[in-house]
Amino acid sequence: MSKVKTGMGRRSFIKNVSLAGGGLVIGFNWLACKRAAEVSGGEMVLEMPDEWFEMNGYLKIGNNGVVTIYSPNPEIGQNVKTSMPMLVAEELDVDWNNVIVEQAPLNTDLFTRQLAGGSQSIRQGWEPLRMAGATARQMLLIAAASQWDVPVSELSVENGIITHNGSDRSIGFGEIAKDAAKVEVPEEVVLKENTNFKIIGTSRKNVDAKKIVTGQPLFGLDVDRDDMLIAMMVQPPAFGMELKSMDAEKAKEMPGIKDIFTINSYPDDMEREWSDVAAFSKLVVVVGESTWQVMQARKALKIEWDLNPQLVKEIEILEKSPALADSGGLEDSDIHYNLMTEIGPQKSEMVRKDGDPETAFKNAARVIERSYTCPFLAHNCMEPMNFFANVTNGKAELIGPIQTPEFAEKSVSKRLGLELEDIDIQMTRMGGGFGRRLYGNFLVEAAVISHEIGAPVKLVYTREDDMTNGVYRPAYQVTYKAALDGNNNLTAFHVNAGGINESPLFANRFPAGAIDNYLAESWTIESNISIGAFRAPRSNFIAGAEQSFLDELAEEMGKDPIQFRLDMLKRAQNDPVGENNDYDAARYAGVLELVRDKSGWNNNNSNSSRGVAAYYCHDSYVAQVLDLSLKNNEPIIDRVICAVDCGIVVNPDAAINMVEGGTVDGIGHALYSGLTFKEGVTQQSNFDTYRLIRHREAPKKIDVHFVENGIDPTGLGEPPSPPVQGALANALYKATGKRIYKQPFYPEISTESREIKT
Amino acid sequence: MAEFSITINGEKQSLDVDPNTPLLWVLRDNLKLVGTKYGCGVAQCGACTVHLNGSAVRSCQLPISAAANNEITTIEGLSEHGDHPVQKAWLEHDVPQCGYCQAGQIMSAVSLLRDNPRPSDEQIEDAMHGNICRCGTYTRIKAAIKTASNSQIV
Repeated sequence: MSKVKTGMGRRSFIKNVSLAGGGLVIGFNWLACKRAAEVSGGEMVLEMPDEWFEMNGYLKIGNNGVVTIYSPNPEIGQNVKTSMPMLVAEELDVDWNNVIVEQAPLNTDLFTRQLAGGSQSIRQGWEPLRMAGATARQMLLIAAASQWDVPVSELSVENGIITHNGSDRSIGFGEIAKDAAKVEVPEEVVLKENTNFKIIGTSRKNVDAKKIVTGQPLFGLDVDRDDMLIAMMVQPPAFGMELKSMDAEKAKEMPGIKDIFTINSYPDDMEREWSDVAAFSKLVVVVGESTWQVMQARKALKIEWDLNPQLVKEIEILEKSPALADSGGLEDSDIHYNLMTEIGPQKSEMVRKDGDPETAFKNAARVIERSYTCPFLAHNCMEPMNFFANVTNGKAELIGPIQTPEFAEKSVSKRLGLELEDIDIQMTRMGGGFGRRLYGNFLVEAAVISHEIGAPVKLVYTREDDMTNGVYRPAYQVTYKAALDGNNNLTAFHVNAGGINESPLFANRFPAGAIDNYLAESWTIESNISIGAFRAPRSNFIAGAEQSFLDELAEEMGKDPIQFRLDMLKRAQNDPVGENNDYDAARYAGVLELVRDKSGWNNNNSNSSRGVAAYYCHDSYVAQVLDLSLKNNEPIIDRVICAVDCGIVVNPDAAINMVEGGTVDGIGHALYSGLTFKEGVTQQSNFDTYRLIRHREAPKKIDVHFVENGIDPTGLGEPPSPPVQGALANALYKATGKRIYKQPFYPEISTESREIKT
Repeated sequence: MAEFSITINGEKQSLDVDPNTPLLWVLRDNLKLVGTKYGCGVAQCGACTVHLNGSAVRSCQLPISAAANNEITTIEGLSEHGDHPVQKAWLEHDVPQCGYCQAGQIMSAVSLLRDNPRPSDEQIEDAMHGNICRCGTYTRIKAAIKTASNSQIV
């Protein structure tokens, strides 16, 4: 048992939460509900209580025993809207079937870190959410003890019923909630031992699933108001350009169009938050009655664009080619590639050095050197960027999909000069996030548009707007070098990594700590193409590259790829090199051993080509074995076996879903996806040219195994997608006989397998 | 603008809209049926899939003038209580992650099973190839379709 300080005052309840009293909420299982009613179709519904009693910011209890739990963090598909309330319910000891979940709005008084990012929601919420449940439970117990005039220590509680062990008296949460709400918040509460969990560790269905499969309004794009207008923006056609002039005369006359004007979402003198990433801030805005009408009016606009000399970045200075000089900073992917492979690595700076790598490389019997690259990627959330804004009468009401509401609120405050308390942000369920909605430029734009026109508007991006708006996964490059001595021992390791506009290097991750002579270097090249975090930032490239290199290295050394890694991890565990190694070698080895066991690695008799990889990120460890075969030159992924160490698994089936999805995501982007540029213009702007993985290309089977170690939960949303890219590359090598160094892999294998055939 | 009559989920509706307006935007903006999703606008992602006289179509590419006088079913009209065998299978397998594409996936799956009640894995993959799931729930979608297929009385 662990005692924790509650640190939670009796604050007034969450602002602006409306839950209609007396209404019915569909979608739960009701057997234990005292006042359940059956409706037609055999479906049961929870009856709403007549009165709610607020216990703390996380929950309220109805007089009939129904409990509403507020999920504080944004839901982007990682299923925190189910798993975070599970933590509260566990310590409250309520029957999960009597729980209603609602998304909490942004409330910095009540909640900390209302953010979807870094795979941290469960990890950071692990204690506060359980504490909130335990606090309410304790208050209910105190109220019941007081009513019966017995000590709290004689009471027990199960499924929302408090029982007095001496007299067999019992009372439901609903009956005592009114008294409990008046009880002083305890200074500290006791949290359960892991072995006593009844909800944590059991599979609970997605609380929004019924609404999803019946098409109920859930997403930002579904937000509607009677007097709401639709807004769309027009951005420059290329990175490096800006608005020069606009002629909207004809478009303004078109049906349903209310107004057409220009905005500057981020004036030069505005101090931006880290989340205010926007390549384009001077935008043309069309506001009208319906989406289609606004789309038509956009086409009738006559807009002139200019090169913006301020947007000419380092690339032009580095690249002396006359073509680029003439282009005025409009960048090309060919030039990016040349810079990344030739010029970037020359300007690298040392980040970590162990031992004497220079001497080790000089004395090496053999040096193996390989370079890997990847293109920019667009996040491509299925729900394009959008936001509802009603900025009138000195207040801002903002509703929609945002991963960082706290920072967005600050941005709107600065941009429009509003006080934070006059800005209300409500998060809708999001049609994907993947990092894109960390950067709320679309929210700020919506607020500015609503402020300008003085009416509630919903800003809607088309897919093309979304894909060409920037905030991309950067293009990366890495070169690995390994020194082998005359006995084929690995004596030195050198990683030199960089990108446009960010380096993917993690200098202190494996294999740092496992090799005596180690050098890590980093470089970046500035560009006017805006970048942002993309699911498992930096890891989403460097994991695959590193794991491909280790596979090739193991082969060169005549070692089994899993044993090779395990031997290095043993060194890192028993006699680590350096002091800042930011991974746990034992847990890392644990997932490799588990995947070796579960895949039958040592006795493989399948006909598939098999690759392995493992990686650590977001505090968790994932190893994957991928089996594939080539059919008419098309890679068919037969099976992926995943071993995952993310500590305690809160909601197992949902966690399996997340690992399956992350695995598909990693495979899809490594194989098929890429965003390229010509004269600053993205060459892909919709799914006809930008390829995402589809049904036929997904793995036929994904097996997921979790390490059971009782450690407090670590990240899960991101860790499964990086390593599988390495497992895929290594399996493709087995299938084709050729190593692939460039993402996306698909065009590379197609060529290579054709070469083999002829 | 022009007058159109269309039957949506069994209910006859009259509309006065631009004849070129895609059914998708008529559903979402005019009729407030937002279960049908906008994903790409060019019939590449399948999020906007509805049934036109029982067959799956991409509503983003179907002008209201062509949809008029036909019967349209959207996700909201697939079943009265959300208990169509495919919806039930989706719940059983807890398929959705973000959930945005799932209405379109379900409408495509229902259409597939109507034409082919016992599809093979390959037939499922082919029929569902036009529906992108960015979260990567493909293996669960396939499992749910198989469950729904097995639950049908043919």
